[in-house]
Amino acid sequence: MSIKLNALFSDSYMDISQYRDQDFKGNRYEQEKLLKQSCSLYVGNLSFYTTEEQVHELFSKSGDVKRIVIGLDKVKKTACGFCFVEYYTRADAEHAMRFINGTRLDDRIIRTDWDAGFKEGRQFGRGKSGGQVRDEYRQDYDPARGGYGKLDPTNVIFTTGT
Amino acid sequence: MSRRRHSDESDAGSQPHKRRRTSEPIEIEDRLESLICRVGEKSTSSLESNLEGLAGVLEADLPNYKSKILRILCAVARLLPEKLAVYTTLVGLLNARNYNFGGEFVEAMIRQLKETLKSNLYSEAVYLVRFLSDLVNCHVIAAPSMVAMFENFVSVTQEEDIPQVRSDWYVYVVLSSLPWVGKELYEKKDVEMDRLLNQIEGYLKRRQKTHVPMLQVWTAEKPHPQEEYLDCLWAQVQKLKKDRWQERHILRPYIAFDSVLCEALQHNLPPFTPPAHSDDAVYPMPHVVFRMFDYTDAPEGPVMPGSHSVERFVIEENLHCIIKSHWRERKTCAAQLLSYPGKNKIPLNYHIVEVIFGELFQLPSPPHIDVMYTALLIELCKLQPGSLPQVLAQATEMMYMRLDTMNTTCIDRLLNWFSHHLSNFQFRWSWDDWADCLTQDIEKPKPKFVKEVLDKCMRLSYHQRIVDIVPPSFSALIPADPVCSYKYGEEADSSLPGLAMATTVGNAIKNRASNEEILIVLKDVPNPNQDDDDDGGDGFNPLKIEVFLQTLLHLAAKSFSHSFSALAKFHEVLKTLTDSDEGKLHILRVLYEFWRNHPQMISVLVDKLIRTQIVDCAAVANWIFSPEMAHDFTRFYVWEILHSTIRKMNKHVQKIQKELDEAKVKLEKQHNKKDRPDGQLEIWLLVEMTKDDNLFFFQRFIMLLTEHLVRCETSGVDINTTWYKNCIERLQQIFLMHHVIIQQYMGTLENLLFTAELDHHILAVYQQFCALQL
Repeated sequence: MSIKLNALFSDSYMDISQYRDQDFKGNRYEQEKLLKQSCSLYVGNLSFYTTEEQVHELFSKSGDVKRIVIGLDKVKKTACGFCFVEYYTRADAEHAMRFINGTRLDDRIIRTDWDAGFKEGRQFGRGKSGGQVRDEYRQDYDPARGGYGKLDPTNVIFTTGT
Repeated sequence: MSRRRHSDESDAGSQPHKRRRTSEPIEIEDRLESLICRVGEKSTSSLESNLEGLAGVLEADLPNYKSKILRILCAVARLLPEKLAVYTTLVGLLNARNYNFGGEFVEAMIRQLKETLKSNLYSEAVYLVRFLSDLVNCHVIAAPSMVAMFENFVSVTQEEDIPQVRSDWYVYVVLSSLPWVGKELYEKKDVEMDRLLNQIEGYLKRRQKTHVPMLQVWTAEKPHPQEEYLDCLWAQVQKLKKDRWQERHILRPYIAFDSVLCEALQHNLPPFTPPAHSDDAVYPMPHVVFRMFDYTDAPEGPVMPGSHSVERFVIEENLHCIIKSHWRERKTCAAQLLSYPGKNKIPLNYHIVEVIFGELFQLPSPPHIDVMYTALLIELCKLQPGSLPQVLAQATEMMYMRLDTMNTTCIDRLLNWFSHHLSNFQFRWSWDDWADCLTQDIEKPKPKFVKEVLDKCMRLSYHQRIVDIVPPSFSALIPADPVCSYKYGEEADSSLPGLAMATTVGNAIKNRASNEEILIVLKDVPNPNQDDDDDGGDGFNPLKIEVFLQTLLHLAAKSFSHSFSALAKFHEVLKTLTDSDEGKLHILRVLYEFWRNHPQMISVLVDKLIRTQIVDCAAVANWIFSPEMAHDFTRFYVWEILHSTIRKMNKHVQKIQKELDEAKVKLEKQHNKKDRPDGQLEIWLLVEMTKDDNLFFFQRFIMLLTEHLVRCETSGVDINTTWYKNCIERLQQIFLMHHVIIQQYMGTLENLLFTAELDHHILAVYQQFCALQL
């Protein structure tokens, strides 16, 4: 009864990713500890037009949603394609990581990741133009995310962003 | 192994040399675990040669790692039932090489069986018994001792004053092992086995089946009867016996090793007495076998085994086991399901779809969270894009055709699944195929289903999208555009009471007035109920509530967050306005009036109002059961709200229960006397519970249903209207969805509400529910 056969019964959708918030106030160890207990998720690759209502409907399928914070362009204060979803319990958030991550919302495959917890200011994009960093350098055309990336790809030398 | 993981986390890689020093034996143990767990998976060599090789490795490791190997093998017996025969063969080979090890393994298994039974792990206990019985086929256990164990199990049916679910389980565990070992046991002990089966038959004839109607997904017998699980299994075993126990589906690797295994010495199982019944025992609930396909449904390829064939039982068991093992990893789960051994001889996609829907629709609740099945079906469609989507479409079509007799709870789950599934596939569906629903009354199951599906689809997208995806003929079923209905807007009649005040309040809010300032402004709102001017304007004033709430909601209508902010900001005002029960009811009415085209918004706002204690569950019950809500009573969103409310309430009761238990323990410690009058605490709890709003819901239901029944009786009309079916199944649903908490109130329910004087139609629901645990 004591063996759980760890070799076989993995739960890989639950693992924390490689991403670490550079603005997190605390060290890596503290951030990882919070991530492993968190009831909050970061949700990415949303369309700019996806509403809080849609997010609520989808994420309610894994449990009662406590709060949603829609990510905003820092300059325009409009939705810029990400959000945070906070649950009342860790178990509900885990189900979202297992069964909603990697499925579609508004016809787009969305991605969820553990978040250390919402703090005021984290609802804003950190790209230079005001949106998310990933939209600064994006080279493809995505009509649901403002079209082309912000920077003219022929002019700029790309450095690895965070 | 877990030890090593923890040290990784805390050291964060700071002491690599320490890791290397202590890891060697652990590494070997990990390797053993991995070798054993992975045997039978895809490999370049045959299964037989892999088993042979592994047996050699393990035999060599026995001197140093015997207890670890024993523990791993016991664990795979318990946790990997879908690979049963692979592991029984392995044990058989080890026993042939090392008789003592075989004996120790059997002892360890018996110990494990006792523990699982004590811990209420009945499904794992079934797998253990099945494993033991397959060990008879591998010449590890002597057949007569297995028969003796089965005889002890079946003698439980002779026990008195036990819950039926106890004897049910012991009969089930014997019958469900027979596909594996029936042949061998009959060859060695046919007289005893016949006697056993006769005893079982007698028991099955006399047991109660009151619970069955509550658990059936469809009420109709055609095209596939929804059989009680023991009845179905009995029929399957009977047929197997008639076929002289010839069973060809189960993979039996030990057959290839027969020459080696039959040289082995066998062990006798020690006499095993089933542990006595105790009040702590929680036996599995009975269930009904879900069937939606038969041999006529798979158009080409292999034929589906019949509903009473033992093959059908084994396939379904194995598929359920795979889901149970891998539900957390949807990609692995899908891959494992699709690589089921022997899949070329069966229409595997149909079996998989049937088993998945069987779990999704299981009553009282699915074994796993609903959304898991949606995600799993999407993965399956990805892996088999040329065949699985078609089977799924066929299944959906079939279920649509049979909506008239489908249980309301199951219809809820179906429409939730279907709308979520469609949202992952651009809402592509052949809606025209369902044009027949357009000619029916909109309250009938088919148009109702389509309407609710479109509503759910809209929540995951937006109104115009829904207009675009359905043919124009479906316009009557398209949900309303979810805009608010502000009564004090520009088009309002100038004589509307409160109109001017609404503007004043609106301006005050926009100018960041405080709660006190708003309350002062509201003091001037006249009270239409003011005949009894007793409390000088502080009592229930419906107009005050309307003016304030309508205006507030209108200003905050932009999104959920805006509305939540508004409710939080003016919490004080709202609390003041809803001080009375009438106030609480009225706020819900106003909320409904304002957002009646946006059921999702109503749902989230009611949730917030409860959580911030502006309304209570009784108010929600009163509102839902009020005459004004009668037209929406059968709508899906109303039940979403109701069940969510009950869940919150139950969490609250559980919290109080916990506090009560803790207080009791404290008191006992303090006073240390047995004659301490703790009756006071019991009384307090009873008061809490009778105040409890669970009873409100049942009370209201009973009133509503009784009215309907009396009305029908007096006018000579048949009671079985669509509304009645929906309503009585909703009552069942309350019992089933919240059964864990409700079990604790059974006495109160019986004494206060579900008494013998109640109409027998309503009482039947209660009795069926009670039968689930008898």
